[in-house]
Amino acid sequence: MIPGSFDYHRPQSVSEAVGLLKDKGDEAFIVAGGHSLIPMMKLRMSTPEHLIDIQDIAEIKNISIFGSDVTIGAFVTQAEIISSEALHGICPVLREASLQIADPQIRNVGTIGGNVANGDPGNDMPAIMQALDATFVLAGEEGTREVKARDFYEAAYFTARAETEMLTLIKFTAPAAGHGSCYMKQKRKIGDYATAAAVVILTMNGTTVQNVEIALTNVADTPLYAEEANRLLIGTSLDDASIKAAVEAAKAITDPADDGRGPKDFRTHIAGVMVERAIRQAATTAS
Amino acid sequence: MNEQTPISREERIKNLKGIGSARKRVEDARFTQGAGNYVDDINLPGMLFGDFVRSSHSHARIISIDKEAALAVPGVIAILTAEDLKPLNLHYMPTLAGDVQAVLADEKVLFQNQEIAFVIAEDRYIAADAVELVEVEYEELPPITDAFKAMDDDAPVLREDIQDKMEGAHGPRKHKNHIFLWEQGDKEGSEKALADADVVVEELITYQRVHPCPLETCGCVASMDKINGKLTLYGTFQAPHAVRTVASLITNIAEHNIRVVSPDIGGGFGNKVGVYPGYICATVASIVTGVPVKWVEDRIENLTSTAFARDYHMTGKIAATKEGKITGLWCHVLADHGAFDACADPTKFPAGFFNIVTGSYDIPVAYVGVDGVYTNKAPGGVAYRCSFRVTEAAYLIERMIEILAQKLNMDPVELRLKNFIKKEQFPYQSALGWEYDSGDYHTAMEKGMAAVDYPALRAEQAEKRAAFDRGETRTLMGIGTAFFTEIVGAGPVKNCDILGLGMFDSCEIRIHPTGSAIARLGTISQGQGHATTFAQIVATEIGIPAEDITLEEGDTDTAPYGLGTYGSRSTPVAGAATAMAGRKIRAKAQMIAAYLLEVHEGDLEWDVDRFQIKGNPEAHKTMKEIAFASYNQAIPGLEPGLEAVSYYDPPNMTYPYGAYFCVLDIDVDTGVVDVRRFYALDDCGTRINPMIIEGQVHGGLTEALAIAMGQEITYDEMGNVKGGSLMDFYLPTAVETPVWETDETVVPSPHHPIGAKGVGESPNVGGVPAFSNAVNDAFAHKGLTHTQMPHDHWRVWKTAEKLGLSG
Ligand SMILES: Cc1cc2nc3c(=O)[nH]c(=O)nc-3n(C[C@H](O)[C@H](O)[C@H](O)COP(=O)(O)OP(=O)(O)OC[C@H]3O[C@@H](n4cnc5c(N)ncnc54)[C@H](O)[C@@H]3O)c2cc1C
Repeated sequence: MIPGSFDYHRPQSVSEAVGLLKDKGDEAFIVAGGHSLIPMMKLRMSTPEHLIDIQDIAEIKNISIFGSDVTIGAFVTQAEIISSEALHGICPVLREASLQIADPQIRNVGTIGGNVANGDPGNDMPAIMQALDATFVLAGEEGTREVKARDFYEAAYFTARAETEMLTLIKFTAPAAGHGSCYMKQKRKIGDYATAAAVVILTMNGTTVQNVEIALTNVADTPLYAEEANRLLIGTSLDDASIKAAVEAAKAITDPADDGRGPKDFRTHIAGVMVERAIRQAATTAS
Repeated sequence: MNEQTPISREERIKNLKGIGSARKRVEDARFTQGAGNYVDDINLPGMLFGDFVRSSHSHARIISIDKEAALAVPGVIAILTAEDLKPLNLHYMPTLAGDVQAVLADEKVLFQNQEIAFVIAEDRYIAADAVELVEVEYEELPPITDAFKAMDDDAPVLREDIQDKMEGAHGPRKHKNHIFLWEQGDKEGSEKALADADVVVEELITYQRVHPCPLETCGCVASMDKINGKLTLYGTFQAPHAVRTVASLITNIAEHNIRVVSPDIGGGFGNKVGVYPGYICATVASIVTGVPVKWVEDRIENLTSTAFARDYHMTGKIAATKEGKITGLWCHVLADHGAFDACADPTKFPAGFFNIVTGSYDIPVAYVGVDGVYTNKAPGGVAYRCSFRVTEAAYLIERMIEILAQKLNMDPVELRLKNFIKKEQFPYQSALGWEYDSGDYHTAMEKGMAAVDYPALRAEQAEKRAAFDRGETRTLMGIGTAFFTEIVGAGPVKNCDILGLGMFDSCEIRIHPTGSAIARLGTISQGQGHATTFAQIVATEIGIPAEDITLEEGDTDTAPYGLGTYGSRSTPVAGAATAMAGRKIRAKAQMIAAYLLEVHEGDLEWDVDRFQIKGNPEAHKTMKEIAFASYNQAIPGLEPGLEAVSYYDPPNMTYPYGAYFCVLDIDVDTGVVDVRRFYALDDCGTRINPMIIEGQVHGGLTEALAIAMGQEITYDEMGNVKGGSLMDFYLPTAVETPVWETDETVVPSPHHPIGAKGVGESPNVGGVPAFSNAVNDAFAHKGLTHTQMPHDHWRVWKTAEKLGLSG
């Protein structure tokens, strides 16, 4: 439970941080809230020689909202997401999901950037970002580039981010006014990662589904965007048969690990239950 | 003392804050302000730090250990292996169970995370870095992780060090992986009862391997002063005196040259009773280097290498008449002890007091057989917040009662009432050899049933079940009852010892001239609040306010010899010693008072805080006045001073009991269990501090919830340990913990000087079966007889699925 030794850097700007990443190469890790990285270092599963602490970088600490366009800085904490009334007003699923991450102490420190950049399939925000069709802004020595959340995750702890890049911003367009949403997560206790979790963002046109975005957490080595399930629900009246078809389609793309939360078949089953319950709950909040 | 304003007798009693007062815990001022002083807070000049290289395999031969790279790290002082300890004959140490345990693995490792080498460095960071650099080459051997396969003909021999020693500490061993067979009761008689019975139920009930998981892990600081030859050992010890004696026996340092100090301890729950390789290695390292050496394990080391609990595979059979009168009990246990037998039971009881398994029932004939076996798992088998193997026994009988009720189609509470030992049967001789001291089980059960309105709960359940069958709900309601009887306060020296040390305990009280006092005990608090409650016993016995009494424990240089704190023994044994020491003081005080009042001792009577002349209460001397007199007056025939010591050998154990009820709802689609109500009625005899009792019950119930609903240390087929971190090992938070309702009846122990029985462990003992019974009860009408713990989401869902209930 004692990390290996490392050097500590505290850049004041994105460009300084990116410069350090380039200089130190793959021996350098960004540390944001440290609540995923430091436990890994204590287990010596991660042994960076350089830690680049980004807490002094002002450019990545804001939430800005223009109409329905939302930009969240990578260093915005989970607690700040929860307390933002403006964000909650146009996209309530962010507060709902953030409140299901860990516990208040961790949320005071853990950042949204760390949560999505980490690449741990247990993190809750990546599936939310996929459902929202968010875009991640990555800064590198050649400037910035944008990657869709739906294209970002490659395998556990492997993402489209190059080692020399830093995540600076998360951008998305809030779902249409009147949308319903829900993040349904089953866990063993406070502070646990999901046995399975599902996010549903639902827009209704009268009694038919105009659009739906479903994504899953911790039931594969990446978050899962449930495209087929979405397709099966759009245009339906959310009748039991359509919901069942969507649930089965969502379950079909899962490939969870056996772990202390239960074996594979159980976690796939729970993913289905979470999807179904999230659809029904989202429907009650949609107008 | 102001004689102008005489206060009422009630007022005087209140001022003492003695027995029965909900006095606030005196310890909390420092704990709540972060000013506790734990082992890891001890920093001595020049202190070095030790850390272990541990085995990555569960069963392997060690081919080589390469320390070179690690020794080259600046700040590394030395690295100990079994080779270094052999010349001192310290590569093995005796366990409390009559076995030996490798201090550092000698040629072979027997469980994953076993200690192989001890790195000594200038600080813990350097030590941790160096640990990574020690290279161990292994030749893997097939592991045994299933206790049921340990005694197969072709099973690999685990303990080569004792393979020729077929006579174990507790009799003959029938296989090289066998440790003991312990039998109690009447085997033939119980088999006959089973054969003759109208009804027999049988079930294999497993109490899974769990871990006490105290928040503070185990650790020590060993400090050898080479100039005066004295060894001081600070550590997380639940039994400091026993540690001193063991340390003396194995190091050959004379006992007067060893001082063992237990500072504040952050929870023990049985995990801190035994002796661990870390203590030996730190001590050797300090002797070798001449400077203090600290060893403190981390969370993973604690969960995977220091003493686990339970791991009992119990087969129970009950015989009964059609009407539900139990006529016999038969049980066999396969006990998985891991790689070394490191249980911490009294010597003559290798399966602890498992023979309390007849529980609260009047069972005419019973038999228990326990086979202990070795497996490639961590050693232990300690009493995790229970008296020795009492939780296992209570779990077995309380599950079996429910299974029998189901078979008889009878309400389980009714079955219990029918078979309880009756009030007038106490003292009661159990079929397995115990003498239950006192109890009134029917009254306790009936009080509990009324408090929860048991008939209404069953009616609600019937409605819910019908609604479930109609498809109107996906939840099932479960009602769990447990009526447990514990056996605590080990124990009478005639049959209870640990390594030959009789299990008495002690208290020494010294009254200061101005009427305040210090009391020292042979026990050690790990959160139980001894400094608060034992001062209350002294207060009531000698009439000095609890506030004016300092209580000290845990330093073997100052405290009288005692066997420590575990098995709910502090109040039954050291609490009794405290009362007896107080009475000795009072006896001398009476002589002093008689002299001062110029009367015969027989003319005096004790009243709250004073001796007064019978029939003339105005003529009195308070304890405060007597104390001063004892220091400043020459009293003919009496030595000056006022102090006493008592070593108390209890005539019997005490038998606390309780009636617990749990109500929960199960979501059959997710396996999520919502405990909506938990009611705990405890009878622990005289109640010294009701607030502390309530706190103990809350804590113990929370542990019971954890065990029943989620805790488990498992091993895969290669012997890799699972669940060794708090991510997986279930420690509930306030969010998962239900509201606890507590209640009481009071039937004092007839043989204890103040009638107290001990309470710290009751909630763990009774809580686990109550939770488990409730989960089983939820599915009972669908044909379930028993489902194994822990009742985590997956297993509960699986149970529902197997019964065809899950969607
Ligand atoms: C007990 C506990 C329970 C938890 N439970 C949950 C839970 O239920 N759900 C959940 O989602 N999370 C959970 N977490 C994780 C927590 O939310 C973390 O805070 C979060 O995953 C990472 O955020 P961070 O700011 O702490 O990142 P860090 O730990 O600092 O970093 C995580 C990783 O992301 C990289 N990184 C961080 N910021 C950037 C950036 N701007 N650009 C590029 N790379 C970056 C780091 O190099 C590192 O590899 C839990 C953590 C703990 C300790």
